[in-house]
Amino acid sequence: MIRRPTPAAALAGVVILLLFWFVLYPNLFVLADSFREGADWTVENYRRFAASRSEREALWNSVWISLASVFFSGLIGIPLAFLFSRYEFPGRSIMGGLVALPVLLPPLVGVIAFLFLWGESGFIARIVQGALGLDRPPWRLTGPWAILLVHAYTMYVYFFLFTTAGLARLERGYSEAAAALGASRLTTFRRVTLPMLGPALAGAALLVFMTSMGSFSAPYVFGGGFRVLSTQIFVSKLNGDLEIAAVETVILAAVSIVFLILLQRYEAGREYTGAGKGAGGATVRLIQGRLSTIILATAAWGLTAFLLLPHATVLLVSFVPEGTWTTQLFPPTYSGENYVSLFSDSETLTPIVNSLQMATIATVANVALAFAVAYLLVRRRFRGRAVLGALVILPWALPGTVLAIALATTFSVNQPLAGRFLLVGTFAILPLAYFIRNIPLVTRAAMTSFQQFDPALEEASASLGASWATTMRRIALPLVIPGLAAGALLAFVTSLGEFVASILLYTHRTRPISMAILSELRAFDFGSAAAYGVFLIVLMALVFLFGYRRVSDGAGI
Amino acid sequence: MLRLEALGKRFGTTIAVDGLSLEVPQGEFLSLLGPSGCGKTTTLRMIAGFETPTTGRILLGDRDVTRLSPQRRGMGMVFQNYALFPHLDVFENVAFGLKAQGVSGQELRSRVADSLARVDLAGYEKRAVQAMSGGQQQRIALARALAPEPPLLLLDEPLSNLDAALRERTRDELRILLKRIGITAIFVTHDQEEAFALSDRIAVLKGGELQQLGSPETLYRTPVNAFVASFVGRANFLQGRIVARDGDHGTVEVGPGARWQVRLHEQESDTVRVMVRPEALRLHPARADLAGDDGLPGRVLDRRFAGATTVYRLEIADERELLVTIPGHTDAHEGDVLVTAEQNPPLHAFAE
Repeated sequence: MIRRPTPAAALAGVVILLLFWFVLYPNLFVLADSFREGADWTVENYRRFAASRSEREALWNSVWISLASVFFSGLIGIPLAFLFSRYEFPGRSIMGGLVALPVLLPPLVGVIAFLFLWGESGFIARIVQGALGLDRPPWRLTGPWAILLVHAYTMYVYFFLFTTAGLARLERGYSEAAAALGASRLTTFRRVTLPMLGPALAGAALLVFMTSMGSFSAPYVFGGGFRVLSTQIFVSKLNGDLEIAAVETVILAAVSIVFLILLQRYEAGREYTGAGKGAGGATVRLIQGRLSTIILATAAWGLTAFLLLPHATVLLVSFVPEGTWTTQLFPPTYSGENYVSLFSDSETLTPIVNSLQMATIATVANVALAFAVAYLLVRRRFRGRAVLGALVILPWALPGTVLAIALATTFSVNQPLAGRFLLVGTFAILPLAYFIRNIPLVTRAAMTSFQQFDPALEEASASLGASWATTMRRIALPLVIPGLAAGALLAFVTSLGEFVASILLYTHRTRPISMAILSELRAFDFGSAAAYGVFLIVLMALVFLFGYRRVSDGAGI
Repeated sequence: MLRLEALGKRFGTTIAVDGLSLEVPQGEFLSLLGPSGCGKTTTLRMIAGFETPTTGRILLGDRDVTRLSPQRRGMGMVFQNYALFPHLDVFENVAFGLKAQGVSGQELRSRVADSLARVDLAGYEKRAVQAMSGGQQQRIALARALAPEPPLLLLDEPLSNLDAALRERTRDELRILLKRIGITAIFVTHDQEEAFALSDRIAVLKGGELQQLGSPETLYRTPVNAFVASFVGRANFLQGRIVARDGDHGTVEVGPGARWQVRLHEQESDTVRVMVRPEALRLHPARADLAGDDGLPGRVLDRRFAGATTVYRLEIADERELLVTIPGHTDAHEGDVLVTAEQNPPLHAFAE
């Protein structure tokens, strides 16, 4: 029997085609390139990679830096989560929110914050130098330890959030049951709490590992002579050794995809931790005694202040006029002139306008695609559903460098019949890159929204005679909007501060904020760089405040 | 009015509905009754158009609607959790179907008002649906489904979201309201009592197959198999051996000396299960001098007074139990008793 294709089937076709074209196709191109020399197919490029000591070193460095990042992030994040989940002390709820603040640092801004704070001419170094009366900075912030510092600082949040969520899901009943059976607190922790947290910890570890593998800005700014794969790709591309860049890209992507698959497994297995519902989460222990309260509160406040230092640093530096801060401990003069010139000088305003434009275009496209994909994935059963699901999470596994190389390779010539268009060097390439990078994020937000409302609502609409389009417009869209808006805002600010793909794809005319920050840094105009950074942080903070409210509103439906 | 012809639905390798044929005349209330997984909801969803049948046809009047999308069938549906649109107020919910038909302006307003008045919710137009009680939400759902004047109303477990006290009252109101409108209605329920209270006829389903179709009384008095007997009302089953046959009737020995008259539904083997309703059993003192020889010895395990009746739990031979209800005003029995059964009409005997 032949049936007219339904609107949903047509939509599925279009969406899969689009994703295939923009997500998979460019990467296949890089894969093909890595096996090619001139017109011939060969594994020579891989042999060259394996034979080169520096390439092997870059791969090994990426791996061990990532493992070490997992270790140190866990070391900070897990105890912090226990502290905030299990103990009550003054200011606990406010602090609990602030602890997650490092997520509010766009990648490059986080790195420059560290530069001003811990760098050889940063505040801490100056203080130590002044205190000890040294004639030189006591250290230089460079090499693997610098990278690890930045990673641990920004990525412990994953451990903190996952562990907190895991602890919240752990029903009080379990530990109480263990206690009732005569287990000591230590035994309960070792035999009950820890094993049940296992999946959450594994998830955080995988996420940190993946993020570290793809991390670009920290190694780029602090690496010095220390090579990792992501920066090595950039160098190979600059040197024009496109074959090796392709090989490096393929290897980095392969490692990331393996970890994405592991992460997906973890997500599938996570259900069992959440099996219990009803009676509240883990017990919050009230600390008895004045002294312990003070110690605990001081520790927590101190820690939080420490974690807020980078934000404070960027803010402070943003008020320092160019060239006024030389050898003093703290900047001698402050003014708002960086901000004034940021928004009045067309040279410095252009990147902001560019970024706003490009992020808007990318986000609008993200929203349209995410709505369609989420509808299809959550509401429909069709052949190709698994393929669609894989296509929308793939960009998540692909580090920005990989994506940028893939786009640069594929859209560098005009071959309409092969689906290739000349986009490199045009305005379109960066919005396209931002769009692709944010597909998983926005799609997930839309899917969560779709899952939250009963499919019977759409059926009710259909049974009342509304067409498919009317049902989408009057029922699905209004109900999905709150969650989708939160995801879109997050995507928007992420695009606004995007650095990794931008650095490989931008042109002077289309330079985004991150490139402006980089060039101000190179020109030693730290104040202007920091002012850009504050602009991004403030936007991001607003979005989190607004987005959080919308998400919780949306959940109420 | 509505006719299902050999309707079947298969999900992968599982058969949800298997060759279901039935007809629902204009104005009838039909219930699809069965345990979960029996195919009743799938059948309703095929009638509504949310599932496409694998085999068979659905006819509405003379119109074949088997392949029609839900929005073109125009059937009213009340969902289990009502599926009221949370972002629209009561007016917009009820107006939704009318707007889809192109009704607007004054006519729209008056028809929404009429629909709400019919379910006793006149004047509630501007309320948020979430601010309404469960019973009110159910009535809004009903008003919404009825507003476009559908030829057929489908109700998926319409009472399951209400608490017990409200359920009984709502059930009666629902029946009265729908009968007054004169609409044809199909209910899906797993609750036999609900099916009895709401429907003219009941289709009992099991494993996707129609077991029996008939009025509540028919199902109760003459079930065609042990499943229907046990699913519709309470039933005791006694092992027995056929000692005499006469066509599809016979005599079955259910205990030493206890021989009961039965209708045989399966005649191949000599051992059968005799179904007897609790209220068809009588209790006598253990040493009573019974006229016949059909007394089954038993012992009272416990006794529960339930107003109009008293419910006894008895133990008979082989540690099996019997449930007996006798009018509440008679003398209480204790200890050893003899059990007899009302055998006119004869009891039903099914295959082992």
